[in-house]
Amino acid sequence: MTASASSRGAGRHRTAGGGRIDRTRRIRFSFDGTVFEGHPGDTLASALIANGVHLVGRSFKYHRPRGILAAGSEEPNALVTVRRDAARVTPNLRATTVELYDGLEATSQNRWPSLGFDVRAINDRLAPLFPAGFYYKTFMGPRFLPNDWAWKRLFEPVIRRAAGLGEAPVSGDPDGYASRYAHCDVLVIGAGPAGLAAASAAADVGASVILCDEQSEAGGSLLSETRATIDGHAAADWIVERRGSLARSGRVRLLTRTTAFGVYPDNLIGLAERLSDHLAKPDPDLARERLWQVRARQVVLATGAIERPLVFPGNDRPGVMLASAGLTYAERYGVRAGGRVVVATTSDTGYGAALALKRAGAEIVRILDRRPDGGGALADEVKSAGMAIETSAGIGGTSGSHRVSHIETMRFDAGGTAQRGNRLECDLVLMSGGFVPTVHLFSQAQGKLAWDAARGIFLPKTEVRGLTLAGAARGVSDLAGVLADGFEQGAAAARSTGHGAATGRTVEVAHAPALRPASVPDDRWIGKPFAGRAFIDFQNDVTVKDVRLAAREGFRSIEHIKRYTTTGMATDQGKTSNLNALSVAADALGSEPDTVGHTTFRAPFTPVTFGTLAGHARGVLFDPIRRTSIDAWARQRGFVFEDVGQWQRARYWPRTVAGRLETMDEAVSRECRTVRTSAGVFDATTLGKIEVVGPDAAVFLDRMYVNALKGLAVGRCRYAILLNEAGFVIDDGIVARLAPDRFHVTTTTGGAARVLAMMEDYLQTEFTDLTCWLTSVTEQWGVVAVQGPKAREAIRPLVAGVDLASASLPHMGVAEGTILGVPMRLFRVSFTGELGYEINVPARFALGVWEAVYEAVAAMGGTAYGTEAMHVLRAEKGFIIVGQESDGTVTPGDLGLPTSKAKPDYVGKRSLARPDMLKSDRPELVGLESGDGRTRLEEGAQITAEAAPSPGTRALGHVTSAYMSPTLGRPIALALVAGGRARKGETVYVPMPGGAVAVRIVEPVFYDPKGERLDG
Amino acid sequence: MLLIECPCCQEARPEIEFRYGGEAHIARAAEPSRVDDAGWADYLYLRTNPKGWHIERWCHAAGCGRYFNAVRHTVSDRIVATYKSGAPKPDIAALTGGDAA
Repeated sequence: MTASASSRGAGRHRTAGGGRIDRTRRIRFSFDGTVFEGHPGDTLASALIANGVHLVGRSFKYHRPRGILAAGSEEPNALVTVRRDAARVTPNLRATTVELYDGLEATSQNRWPSLGFDVRAINDRLAPLFPAGFYYKTFMGPRFLPNDWAWKRLFEPVIRRAAGLGEAPVSGDPDGYASRYAHCDVLVIGAGPAGLAAASAAADVGASVILCDEQSEAGGSLLSETRATIDGHAAADWIVERRGSLARSGRVRLLTRTTAFGVYPDNLIGLAERLSDHLAKPDPDLARERLWQVRARQVVLATGAIERPLVFPGNDRPGVMLASAGLTYAERYGVRAGGRVVVATTSDTGYGAALALKRAGAEIVRILDRRPDGGGALADEVKSAGMAIETSAGIGGTSGSHRVSHIETMRFDAGGTAQRGNRLECDLVLMSGGFVPTVHLFSQAQGKLAWDAARGIFLPKTEVRGLTLAGAARGVSDLAGVLADGFEQGAAAARSTGHGAATGRTVEVAHAPALRPASVPDDRWIGKPFAGRAFIDFQNDVTVKDVRLAAREGFRSIEHIKRYTTTGMATDQGKTSNLNALSVAADALGSEPDTVGHTTFRAPFTPVTFGTLAGHARGVLFDPIRRTSIDAWARQRGFVFEDVGQWQRARYWPRTVAGRLETMDEAVSRECRTVRTSAGVFDATTLGKIEVVGPDAAVFLDRMYVNALKGLAVGRCRYAILLNEAGFVIDDGIVARLAPDRFHVTTTTGGAARVLAMMEDYLQTEFTDLTCWLTSVTEQWGVVAVQGPKAREAIRPLVAGVDLASASLPHMGVAEGTILGVPMRLFRVSFTGELGYEINVPARFALGVWEAVYEAVAAMGGTAYGTEAMHVLRAEKGFIIVGQESDGTVTPGDLGLPTSKAKPDYVGKRSLARPDMLKSDRPELVGLESGDGRTRLEEGAQITAEAAPSPGTRALGHVTSAYMSPTLGRPIALALVAGGRARKGETVYVPMPGGAVAVRIVEPVFYDPKGERLDG
Repeated sequence: MLLIECPCCQEARPEIEFRYGGEAHIARAAEPSRVDDAGWADYLYLRTNPKGWHIERWCHAAGCGRYFNAVRHTVSDRIVATYKSGAPKPDIAALTGGDAA
């Protein structure tokens, strides 16, 4: 483990000078345990190449050795895991975008035991066993085995072990993530030449601008441009000058390390800004990443273009690289990616890369130009520098184990047929199939593309409101044109936000050679005479053969071919592979790319961490938690809680009996018995509460609810059922009339918001003839329920202004008074069948009232009880819970609840007269008694007519509630059974894990059917 | 995320403040009992579901709480008008200038 270095700079393959790295400082990093040196300004990829490391990963499926293909975010191969500490392990980072810092620890992925020797590389030899659609084909096991045997025992375990890229960290994410909203006139995405020009033009006329770029500094392709001058400046100086002028304008926010990952309706753009991943020792208080949600009036996409790889056998070998990447490593990072270089190209780009590598000290073995007439000015320069050029030529194959060592050249004859050429020794292959505009975000914004057959690329066809493209993203290829287009699009964007009459400006670009047109890469020859696997999608290991196979097997749509072969479905989303896949597919289908079409571009452009998307919404901030005033009191005393929607409710209160904490069943049983024999106090605060006030309040409620409410007397309550317009029960509650024009309505805990929204809907849009107002008062009232024969006795000393005697406050009466001097709405209602009250007090007094009531109840031998006992007590009485006995397909008639025939109309009434609602086999609420008197049924269990029905038999219904009744000492259950009321006394069966249980259908009221206990 | 102009607040606000309310201008019969079964099923369940311009209800749930109507294109999501509920159905052709999206 020694650091390798030379006098010129860190790494043996550094150039003598140049590049945007800080050669005065050396920083150490490790890759798979070996320590290397690099410079500030390096990426992990450039530093590895500088140290001669090209083998950086194993491929997903065949475990083939893979190197670094690109120099930017389109990289498909070089995925690494970067580890800071046990909790900070990030897999699947592209080495080409990981900025080097001192102490960086990176490891390769998808290999075992080591990168050099990977056991599963055997998959490469077994490739014939893994054709396209392998997953779909093999998961069907042989017929003599049970249905899922092959999947469960064979395929899944093997695949789970072998598949996957990188490993997820095992502990929670310790970092913080920030989030911001921003607005601007013009958002420019991409700070290359076009983006810098667009931002300048927009800012110059007074538009507010956000300019973002995924890289660590603005400049884009200009960061690798060492020859051309812009308005007399070197490209690097022009960047500095532009950046300075943008900063001085005070109207531009430049965000680097910021990826625009998604475009959403009405120009909402998602940006992910990386704040601390590039730092050696980030401040722990610094957020790691920041999500920006930018609402831009205009968006300019200056997202550039991505070079298209050439497809030839063995094109995935380490040392085969995009020409633009070879150039970038040489010019921007001062790294020579190889010593003996072969260039294969369909455009002039290859010549530029050859010249750059030559300047970096490499030998150019051969330039293979697919075009019969070769290149332009750059080719002339190459020629005069003495490099060998072959036209109508390409690469037919490569060899080498962990890095390319030789290539086979091929020549195309006049008819376009490939002929064998010769064998050349090399350690770097630079390939260029032309540039493909980066239109992902344009497509996300519903922009449509058109095929340009002459150039072999898709270009924007339609206009998108509020969004334009500039520069290489819309197919402009020369620097002068890109800059001019940037200025023009920036000015146009500003103009459409009402800023200035500015127009574009011209720029003087020198020393940028004119380019000859590129030819469209052609892959028809693959397979003859050169065999071997030619890769299209490097990350998902998809070859030409796979795509052709898919076409042969009958797939026609490119979307189907994509899914069948998985091409373009890896984490890089096919940035380097989509066009090649499409071109091979079109050829195999005997069609043209514009007919075949392209697959859908989806967000995110590059992977976004969950942390960035979640931001602060994690842990306790993930979802609001609603607590009642009694919450802390109950927690301190050991209540067990449960989640009910966003509410947390006290579920049961286990006590220590004889040195042992009660189980839930024991606690619930004790709580139930205490309520029936003495009294219990229960926190009913979570019930939804709506105050309905106004001259037409009574008529309004009468139209909303099933029950007759218009004539409800002041001081009285009524149990009321709410239907939707389709006639199904969706809520229930108590409607209390406090005054002729004032009602206090309760809803279920979970239904509060929904019911209010529904009432508002009808009030605003249907019953517009009525005048009343609806106010949610759920949070305003705390509710202390007291139930049991001693309830009246317990609260009598605390209450003033209300006569508790049944004569003046009967069952279903309501009165206003005070309790402990606090204003109170006192409901005499019962959800247990016992004498009961619900004491509503302003929420801020609820805890004090609760404590006093609890003391009074406890003094009489009573208890506080939770939701579980509440459920059991109501089931003993056959009271329904909406959402448990009902499921959105149940009518009041099904539940045995009365409906008003007299009322001409209420919401849902008309639907109850539909033929389906009148059938005799409607599900009806019944009680079930286990035949053995012991077995508690399972909620949700099916009910059948026979003990062992044949498969496919329709169930008669299902169990909706099932408890052990402490009062009766036997299990009880409620169920919905088809035509159930007519089946009383019949025996039916409930299939359970231990065998079917015979049950008898009975009345759904198990306790006090005559209601004699309501008065205590 | 859509920007929706609430006709009551007279301000464009993000979609997250609103709740969708289904197709607009489907009135509940004044006397539902006089509607036959087919007509009632139509009222309950049948909607135009167009690929194109659609008049639909929205509620500014996290704002003023009012229901209103919007003319939205179901493919492009473009909203060309919003208006208070109860106002007459607008002329879509006039609003969109015959624009397809």
